[in-house]
Amino acid sequence: MRDVTQRPKRSLIAATAAAAALLVIPALALQQSPEPRPAPPPAPAAPPPTEDGQWTMPSKDYSSTRYSGLDQINRDTVRRLRATVNVATGNLRGHEAAPLVVGATMFIVTPYPNDVYALDLTRPGAPVKWHFSPGPVPQSQGVACCDVVNRGGVYADGRLFFNTLDGQTIALDAASGKQVWRTQLADINKGETITMAPLVADGKVLVGNSGGEFGVRGWLAALDSGSGALVWKAYSTGPDKDVLIGPGFKPFYAMDQGKDLGVNSWPGEQWKIGGGTVWGWISYDPKLKMIYYGTGNPGPWNPHQRPGDNKWTTGVFARDVATGEARWFYQTNPHDLYDHDDINEQILLDLPVGGRVRPVLVRPSRNGFMYVIDRVTGQVYSADPYGYINSARGVDLKTGRLIPVPAKEPKEGRVVRGVCPAAPGAKDWNPSAYSPRTGLIYVPHINLCMDQGAMDANYIAGTPYVGMDVKMYAGPGGNRGVLTAWDPVRRRKAWEIREDLPLWSGALATAGDLVFYGTMDGWFKAVDATDGRLIWQVRLDSGIISQPVSYRGPDGRQYIAVMSGVGGWSGAIVSAGLDPRDPTSALGFVNAMRDLPQRSKAGGRLYVFGLPS
Amino acid sequence: MSSVSPAKLPSRAKLPSLEGRGWGSVRQRRPKLRAGKSLAALAYPPLAPPFQGGVWLALALFLTLSACDRETRDPRGKPLPETKPSADALDPRPAAYENNAFQIAQGQRYFAWMNCSGCHFHGGGGIGPPLMDGAWRYGGSIQQIADSILDGRPNGMPSFKNKITQAQAWQLAAFVRSLSAQQGKDKLWSRGDEMSNREPPTLQDREPVAPTTPEADQAKPR
Repeated sequence: MRDVTQRPKRSLIAATAAAAALLVIPALALQQSPEPRPAPPPAPAAPPPTEDGQWTMPSKDYSSTRYSGLDQINRDTVRRLRATVNVATGNLRGHEAAPLVVGATMFIVTPYPNDVYALDLTRPGAPVKWHFSPGPVPQSQGVACCDVVNRGGVYADGRLFFNTLDGQTIALDAASGKQVWRTQLADINKGETITMAPLVADGKVLVGNSGGEFGVRGWLAALDSGSGALVWKAYSTGPDKDVLIGPGFKPFYAMDQGKDLGVNSWPGEQWKIGGGTVWGWISYDPKLKMIYYGTGNPGPWNPHQRPGDNKWTTGVFARDVATGEARWFYQTNPHDLYDHDDINEQILLDLPVGGRVRPVLVRPSRNGFMYVIDRVTGQVYSADPYGYINSARGVDLKTGRLIPVPAKEPKEGRVVRGVCPAAPGAKDWNPSAYSPRTGLIYVPHINLCMDQGAMDANYIAGTPYVGMDVKMYAGPGGNRGVLTAWDPVRRRKAWEIREDLPLWSGALATAGDLVFYGTMDGWFKAVDATDGRLIWQVRLDSGIISQPVSYRGPDGRQYIAVMSGVGGWSGAIVSAGLDPRDPTSALGFVNAMRDLPQRSKAGGRLYVFGLPS
Repeated sequence: MSSVSPAKLPSRAKLPSLEGRGWGSVRQRRPKLRAGKSLAALAYPPLAPPFQGGVWLALALFLTLSACDRETRDPRGKPLPETKPSADALDPRPAAYENNAFQIAQGQRYFAWMNCSGCHFHGGGGIGPPLMDGAWRYGGSIQQIADSILDGRPNGMPSFKNKITQAQAWQLAAFVRSLSAQQGKDKLWSRGDEMSNREPPTLQDREPVAPTTPEADQAKPR
């Protein structure tokens, strides 16, 4: 189960870590080591200058490390953690958002109807400072594919930005909760919603749409953070001018080069309803002024209705943040067969590759491969499986193409069985964390396989456009969830923790050498970041699918915050009260979650844990 | 029984505010006002000259009540279109569609073609609520289901009014009821059109129809 032998002894790790923490210059770190040992762990591309104790965006920083530099809560003290705040959000749908902490205020965004609360951390029990109800239209619930979730807000320059299910982006004054502006971006009548957390970079609020199961056309929009006015909008399908592809677009592989591929790689005008939604995570490299994000699945799921590579779906875009112009693109899954949206997080690291430190992004993709891609050129340095895959043999690093397994390709009018990973991939949206102290990426993910039956889908605006009956079940080993600690330098698993239920919560790494994550039956856990040993756990009222964060409170002490409230695609059987007698419910996820209603009830609470004084 | 079928209302966004403005409530108001008028009229003839003050009073009362009547007139100025029979008992459609294997089979085809299965899947639900249990947010009669299909519902169910015919909506409603085994075993389908393997309703007990809410669905034991 755990490959602990691969890791150096803890004392050595601690020494390395201490050296790395004290001495930022690698040359000095080398002098500290009397004998040969591994180089210091790769550094995040844009580490915050010093740990400010805040958590202003769901990914913690632009490199998306989800790493807190606070260490009061560590392997020795974590056992004494106890809840200091435990309040209901008044909402019983899937809580996927990360709480934010700015100064002495915490902000939370609930699932639909997307209420925002500011909590005063200076007072016991964190009472509500202000509350904002955006009032999204109720009809939007009918075009939200996988529960009515929201992945959180983002704070910048005195404002809190968040999205509503019915497709609005709203800026609030963080001090008073008063609305500054709101911009309608998505159209629910076409099946568009917005569930992602925005990112603010270079004075722009970056927002993309959801609705890959409704035949929408994906896009990422940049709004002026001061006024809410649209600065640029880049579509994921269609002619080059819509995709903001110009002379500066230099994809590394031949398969992504050519004119108007967003039209030519589709039959007829299918690109107009071709998907490629942008509902996941965006990272930002402030030095290169480039943003990185992935695009979602092509529509419909039935691949026979869309022969071709279906550009620019299921791939990674690098864009200039100021103009939105594309710099490069890499298509992870040309002609996607399995709903393997490529929207997962990308962690920006400066990583030694082939003897040289290179600027890379590391992304655990839905298709089960851990990609290491050059941030400047878009070249794939490696793609190693981090979960069980039988639908692809690997990635051809010369052409960049995924090598498919024909026996597992969907067939119209027939059921193809035992396809791994299943539609939510080896990992879905829930983000990983990276600790610069251990050099490991902590990937919360899933281990599911599926049966797929394809049939023709009709396009009716505002209704699903899928054409696939799916039935999911546990993959090899029988455990549906895994927390993998991945060593990006050695390109292998350091250790793993097998979880019975799929992991649908984010991970949090701290300087206390702990990794926090939650399970769908409500266990909130802290494990040793070096070897995965379980040190502390507590049972919350409902399953956990949100993103834990850590912050320094107004009293100068470290806290851990997380929301409970099971739901999302995996937990819809509970949050939407689905019937497991139909194995295809919720796009087939219900079949794998039949036991969840017995193990977690619907809920929605905010918990904060701290050390007793 | 609801007095006006929502199918005839201009838009589903206005649905809630229009409740109570149907025929039934108008009929209830009118007799009351007529009674007031006739009281004034009856009071008038026996009055002799010495009681002229009383005449003025009666006249004032008459005018006041007439004014009330004018205020409550239907501002639309014309009656609502009436296409639905006045009582369910006289509506031939439930009987025609409900227990008819052909109509149920037609509905099954439309259930896939019109993407109903995209939200409700094969009865277990997903984006929309489950249809294979007996819990109904907007009523489980075939008429109520046909109304839901044609007019939509406020929490996400879209309207299919201009996408399918009335007859197709009723065929769909008949099929939707078959998902919870509402019809006789000889009318139900023993094998689904889909490739999945949910048990056919012929092997399912008839689910008792009962009202529900999203919160009640969450709390339901599964």
